[in-house]
Amino acid sequence: MTAAALKVAAPPSDALVDYLEAQERKGLLRFLTCGSVDDGKSTLIGRLLYDAKLLFEDQLATLERESRRIGTAGDDIDFALLVDGLEAEREQGITIDVAYRFFATSARKFIVADTPGHEQYTRNMVTGASTADLAILLVDARHGIRAQTRRHAFLASLLGVRHLVLAINKIDLVDYSAVRFREIAAEFEAMAGKFRFESRVAIPISARFGDNVSSRSAAMPWYDGPTLIGHLETVPVDDDRAEKPFRFPVQWVNRPNLDFRGFSGTIASGTVRPGDRIAVAASGRTTTVARIVTADGDLAEARAGAAVTLTLADEVDISRGDVLAPATARPEVSDQVSATLVWMADQPLLPGRPYLLKIGGRTVTASVTAIKYRIDINSAFEHLAARDLKLNEIAVCNLALSGPIAFDAYEVNRATGAFILIDRLTNATVGAGTLSFGLRRATNIHWQALDVTKESRAAQKGQKPAVVCFTGLSGSGKSSIANIVERKLQAEGRHTMLLDGDNVRHGLNRDLGFTEVDRVENIRRVGEVARLFVEAGLIVLVSFISPFRAERRLARELAGDDTFIEVFVDTPVDVCRARDVKGLYARADAGLIRNFTGVDSPYEAPENPEIRLDTTAADPEKLADDLIALLRERGVLG
Amino acid sequence: MAIDRYSHLKRLEDESIHILREVVAEVSNPVMLYSIGKDSAVMLHLARKAFFPGRLPFPLLHVDTTWKFRDMIAFRDETARRIGAELIVHTNPDGLAQNINPFDHGSSFYTHIMKTEALKQALDKYGFDAAFGGARRDEEKSRAKERILSFRDANHGWDPKNQRPELWNLYNGRVRAGESIRAFPLSNWTELDIWQYILAEDIPIVPLYFAAERPVVERDGQLIMVDDDRFRLRPGEVPQNRRVRFRTLGCYPLTSAVDSDATTLADIVAEMLVVRTSERAGRLIDHDEAGSMEKKKREGYF
Ligand SMILES: Nc1nc2c(ncn2[C@@H]2O[C@H](COP(=O)(O)OP(=O)(O)O)[C@@H](O)[C@H]2O)c(=O)[nH]1
Repeated sequence: MTAAALKVAAPPSDALVDYLEAQERKGLLRFLTCGSVDDGKSTLIGRLLYDAKLLFEDQLATLERESRRIGTAGDDIDFALLVDGLEAEREQGITIDVAYRFFATSARKFIVADTPGHEQYTRNMVTGASTADLAILLVDARHGIRAQTRRHAFLASLLGVRHLVLAINKIDLVDYSAVRFREIAAEFEAMAGKFRFESRVAIPISARFGDNVSSRSAAMPWYDGPTLIGHLETVPVDDDRAEKPFRFPVQWVNRPNLDFRGFSGTIASGTVRPGDRIAVAASGRTTTVARIVTADGDLAEARAGAAVTLTLADEVDISRGDVLAPATARPEVSDQVSATLVWMADQPLLPGRPYLLKIGGRTVTASVTAIKYRIDINSAFEHLAARDLKLNEIAVCNLALSGPIAFDAYEVNRATGAFILIDRLTNATVGAGTLSFGLRRATNIHWQALDVTKESRAAQKGQKPAVVCFTGLSGSGKSSIANIVERKLQAEGRHTMLLDGDNVRHGLNRDLGFTEVDRVENIRRVGEVARLFVEAGLIVLVSFISPFRAERRLARELAGDDTFIEVFVDTPVDVCRARDVKGLYARADAGLIRNFTGVDSPYEAPENPEIRLDTTAADPEKLADDLIALLRERGVLG
Repeated sequence: MAIDRYSHLKRLEDESIHILREVVAEVSNPVMLYSIGKDSAVMLHLARKAFFPGRLPFPLLHVDTTWKFRDMIAFRDETARRIGAELIVHTNPDGLAQNINPFDHGSSFYTHIMKTEALKQALDKYGFDAAFGGARRDEEKSRAKERILSFRDANHGWDPKNQRPELWNLYNGRVRAGESIRAFPLSNWTELDIWQYILAEDIPIVPLYFAAERPVVERDGQLIMVDDDRFRLRPGEVPQNRRVRFRTLGCYPLTSAVDSDATTLADIVAEMLVVRTSERAGRLIDHDEAGSMEKKKREGYF
């Protein structure tokens, strides 16, 4: 026992106990603020912190000093400086990232997500909205409803934010005009009716001078609604998650010794008690909850939000990523789903390209099989056709997953219907999505088991099947070398097949062009064909520019890592251009061919090819021999 | 005073446990930065709950500048022993060899060498791909934008423009070789929450948080404790015994004390409710210039 721990023994005073208990009972409201640049978001949040007496003397002193130095509110305190945190943005005078602020009133605690209103920052707003129960949409009373306002209302509704407040700010600049306020409020009502909010309220405020923020404004006797804080303190926050069916995504298997095997996680929705009959969603296996274990002792009941560890009556195979649910009310399980995607990366989303999808504790590979339509949030939310998705675009898509996931529709359960997409090379979070429904039940579909296998087919030919994939710029020498290699292998009595980029484009891929989207689909199809040839026991030579790492990786995975041999035909672009066997570079340079790799379309060189052939150092015959030597070394040639 | 199962503190506790478990499940070699203060005490307590009845699935790392309060070091060793945790202590050997200290080298250079560089060395040495830290978003402006999982490149650099969006409670802890994650399970706690939780859960903390007679000098308006004889007194300075305590703990020559009579946790909370200066005012390192914390973060300070 330490000295510190002993000191707790002195009882706290009654007043303090009362105060602390009141703190404990306070509800929490998470909300976000959104609006266009300069509508006054930062000023409003600064004002809320100030009114909540959250500022310490040293912070106030800094604020006053900085207001004089770089403020934009004349001699007054510039509240925006309180929250414009990062140096870079302070210099540019804009807010560029989501920030979280904390304050409390006597009735509630609040977490505010401050999301910047710059056009291109849809992704920040979506991030802030994902955890918010209420959105404050700011408009400048002088400008009224703008395209941004509609867009933000749409996004808030898409992310399932329940309550909306239209804060008509800078009302001081329109002489506290009731007419102007009603005009804007009416225009908003006409548009917001389409969205699914539980409540909508319009409040006239001045963030800078504090009117109707925490106290009623004397300048607006005509307004009889609540103050902004008054509304935030009373809007319902009762959590209906506990009323929904029990969902428990397993995060971590707790196995400290042979006698204890627990499944740790946070209850996403519903309630659980020992004795409850539950099922593992994906496998369908059922069992009974034995104990609800916590460091503070076992519980008789636990509800949504609680981080607990469950032990079960039977030894059931369960691992991270599984979802436990009542045997009688299970989530959907599918490996093909319909979802609404928000794209958050500079590189566009390409259908067919594999990404990682994370939902709860489960991560699977996912690719978009079809973009059903893109939603144009800049106009009337029309449905547009799309071949790819760019930064901040939103679309309804079908996704195919490498394995089944358990989920509920986002509309029904926010906690089990959301996912993020992760780039497989950079590991960046590139997208977010909400699930609608499964396109088929994965549990019913099984692979047809075959008696004759690729091994037996290959053994018959006295070889090991392989995919030898040549990648390099146009004119690098891929096809010449591939040709020589195939000729030599055949002379040895090997069974081969050569897939040439140009040739395939005359047949199987006749419908594809050279955009990024089409290139991805091109490689996907060739990958599938190569896989079939591998199944047939052949040595498959694939000669394609295949400029993107992600697709080459997909091809590698389709073939299986042990059968895939990547050959980087490394010829610098100026050498290819000088050779220009087909006259293509000249035409691309003249602008006659678009999306030409190495000219106006990127080539991502392989990082770890199995072999690199330098065509400036040796002739094709020699390079072909080098490659065949590698094949022999790897046991491909038996 | 146990905490109610549906209370505000419980909600914070649940969220932190979720984060701790998620990071441990996603990365291969996590560590917890244990800086001995009250936030670390809470974070460690939460971690023990998260993996109960199992042991902590990671070691604790303390970056020792050699200028910590003696009471902190004693408390650190006692804590590790009490809970049976593996404790790694790292000091920058180059800084040590060159005797980098807060008196000769100025707080900002000293901090850079003995904290920032030392931390990077330790993370690299053991190949940790995730480090838990006890930072809170309410501490300082640049922290308000910090993610719960903050991504650092192979040089430990923090690029505010290159952080991953964090939606719902879905955290992305994936990194490539050399890159790492700093995870902040206490992101959504406020200073008051921390004290309330310590009170409710009876969490042991360093005695320096409680008022006692201590030898201090008043320097540039701050009370600095003379913790050992390495302290360099300026001409005319004579240590005086004053009843003081610390609101935040760091290197003793850089941490200022406040006059106080608070000898119990309840007193501390009561005092906290009426104070008028923010806790970081007690850390001399932040006073250099506005935005200084952000600069330190870009360089890899926690
Ligand atoms: N007159 C007046 N000016 C305001 C009000 N709210 C904000 N401003 C000013 O509008 C400008 C932009 O505000 P800011 O909070 O930085 O906008 P943000 O870009 O939405 O964060 C600043 O110069 C503020 O002082 C208001 O209610 N009345």
